[in-house]
Amino acid sequence: MKGGAAVEGSEPRKRNDKALDEDVPMPRQEPEDRVKNFTEVALGYTEEMALAEAARCLKCKNPPCRKGCPVDIPIPQFIEKIIEGNYDEGISIIRSKNALPAVCGRVCPQENQCQKNCIRGKKGDPVNIGRLERFLADREREKGMKVPERPAPTGKKVAIVGAGPSGLVAAADLAKLGHEVTLFEALHVAGGVLMYGIPEFRLPKAIVQKEVEYVQSLGVELRLGNLIGRIHTIPELMAQGYDAVYIGSGAGLPQWTGCPGENLGGIYSANEFLIRVNLMKAYDFPETDTPIRIGKHVVVIGGGNVAMDCARISMRLGARVCLNYRRSRNELPARREEIENAEEEGLICNFLNAPVEFFGDDKGWVKTMRCTNMELGEPDDRGRCSVSPIACSDFDVETDTVIVAIGQTPNPIIQRTTDGLKTNPRNGTIIVDDDGRTSLDGVYAGGDVATGAATVISAMGAGKRAAQAMHDYLMNDKQGDRE
Amino acid sequence: MYRIVSKERLAHKHTLFTVNAPEIAAKAQAGQFLIVISKEGGERVPLSICAYDRQKGTVSFAFHEVGRTTKELGTFNEGDELFNVTGPLGNPSEIRNYGKVLCVGGSIMIAPALLQAKALKEAGNEVVTVLACRSEEFLFKKAEAERFSDRVYLASDDGTVGEKGLDFLNDLLAKERFDRCTVIGPVVMMKKVSEMTKPFGVPTIVSLTPIMIDGMGMCGVCRVTVGDKMLFGCVDGPEFDGHQTNFDELIQRQRSMLPEERLSSMLWEHEHEGGCRCGRK
Repeated sequence: MKGGAAVEGSEPRKRNDKALDEDVPMPRQEPEDRVKNFTEVALGYTEEMALAEAARCLKCKNPPCRKGCPVDIPIPQFIEKIIEGNYDEGISIIRSKNALPAVCGRVCPQENQCQKNCIRGKKGDPVNIGRLERFLADREREKGMKVPERPAPTGKKVAIVGAGPSGLVAAADLAKLGHEVTLFEALHVAGGVLMYGIPEFRLPKAIVQKEVEYVQSLGVELRLGNLIGRIHTIPELMAQGYDAVYIGSGAGLPQWTGCPGENLGGIYSANEFLIRVNLMKAYDFPETDTPIRIGKHVVVIGGGNVAMDCARISMRLGARVCLNYRRSRNELPARREEIENAEEEGLICNFLNAPVEFFGDDKGWVKTMRCTNMELGEPDDRGRCSVSPIACSDFDVETDTVIVAIGQTPNPIIQRTTDGLKTNPRNGTIIVDDDGRTSLDGVYAGGDVATGAATVISAMGAGKRAAQAMHDYLMNDKQGDRE
Repeated sequence: MYRIVSKERLAHKHTLFTVNAPEIAAKAQAGQFLIVISKEGGERVPLSICAYDRQKGTVSFAFHEVGRTTKELGTFNEGDELFNVTGPLGNPSEIRNYGKVLCVGGSIMIAPALLQAKALKEAGNEVVTVLACRSEEFLFKKAEAERFSDRVYLASDDGTVGEKGLDFLNDLLAKERFDRCTVIGPVVMMKKVSEMTKPFGVPTIVSLTPIMIDGMGMCGVCRVTVGDKMLFGCVDGPEFDGHQTNFDELIQRQRSMLPEERLSSMLWEHEHEGGCRCGRK
């Protein structure tokens, strides 16, 4: 590649001010092609595209984009490095704050974070920071990642529970500070929701594994197939000599509609569906060992990103797919980009209805879903409209597969096996302060297990804050008090 | 990787593996299960713990070679390594001195039933054990059962060994007072035994290891209706009140991927055993 020379010399894309209002579009697979495969939809910027997009940055002195970043990436600085063609330094700037740039560049809701604050966005499109981050991360991966230098060991041992986004970031940050980190993962691969939840066509699994390898290269010991709470409890870890523990076990327990008939065959939790397809690669069955049974007419209940993922997978498996959401289009919690992608691929959205009962055939397989129409009421304090059923408005939908994607709550195993760990009785989340401190000395928590289901980046931000707080705790040599 | 330290052929297509897994062995208890993945990319299979040795650092599990993955597991030998063994999972059995306990194990699940019988015996119970199998050739661990029990009954579907079927339990329950019954075996058998103990008011615990994927509370495949609640086999169980369990729903749910499982199994046979042999002389 030509690197920086290309910019100064040739000005890759001469654009007048008006043209600078628009961002460089992301090349993507065409809908009619991509709906038949599981490979990545968004193809990534070429060098030329990245340079053109980077050139749109206004280099604000007091950059509002950075304030919107949950992990505080110095955004204008890394964009500057792209403009200079100094990609290695660009990725180093990102890596100083974010251990998972290839992931964040793909799945962060930048439109609600950094890009929301971009001054360019006032008149036109904001600078597409996410795509630039992805460009640098992908380039780094293709070139081979540099193994970072290890700092002098502090002699402190830390256990991280859960190798999802929050745990990976906490592990990386603590290892960079010189602590001896063991990362416990219950599943047989690391990555958490990045592996089992987000589909291949949005986040290729090989990329996630590369990011995991990077975290390991910092000196983090990864232990797979270790369900904390069973094989070791949190108090047992502390007794084994860990000086602090971070719980980032996520929100993996699926929520149900509670409607009669929900245990019929053909009704999946979003988690079951996603685990089969993403983690166990059931889309290649019988080449792979774990099956998935998908019918001709799938109904996905819900309206978040998880619901969109389930719908887009179902279409790739050859089904006609409807999404039934109880509020209206304006309230859809999914990212706009995901909704657009899904609709381009053929998703039919039905708004303002909710299931009331499921009926099966004589073999116990779901056949009909009875729904009721819903109406929106007044917005609550957070601006979200309440919603209530319209009397006598039931109607039946013929279906052979239903995917329930209405949210997840934290897995209860750690909470049930850790005496004195304060949790919220309503949803089982672990109660923490801003720095992730739990009710137990030396035990920290963050991400979905503390907040309930949220985004990858907010979980990463929590892991980062907690890592700093744990470092302060460890270096304060307070452990004497405990023993 | 988890090394197989011994492979024991219990009966035709019934196999018991003992694997090196010191950390799991240190925590394993009767009633819990493991998730076993034979090779990278393989299925996650829930299998009940049948034995553990904390000193040697081993745990044992038994399986019936019926589906693709269990058939494949059957080709592993002593010294081979399994890709992953996760556990112990699920809640341990409640082992106390109840008085007199009826322990029923069926088919391949005789193996974990004996671990329960042993634990119950050690807790001071009078233990009456029933080993139920399809026919004599599928009976195993009789001597071990006798060692851990005050009395052992044998039963087979075809009457080739012991009692024919489990109907004799009706007489036994009518004659003797039991304080608790634990049943682990095929769902149909657990349903039947639960129905038999109900009129006698014997608290009955069944062990449900239904289809699971993660085995740690994520997928919800293992959901069962117990009383009026939907519970998860993996995190709330695997043991539940047999008198409250909706077995019919469970049986239906267990069959939900049957065609796919058969296809997968047939393909495996085709590749490894020369096909299903239909149409051959």
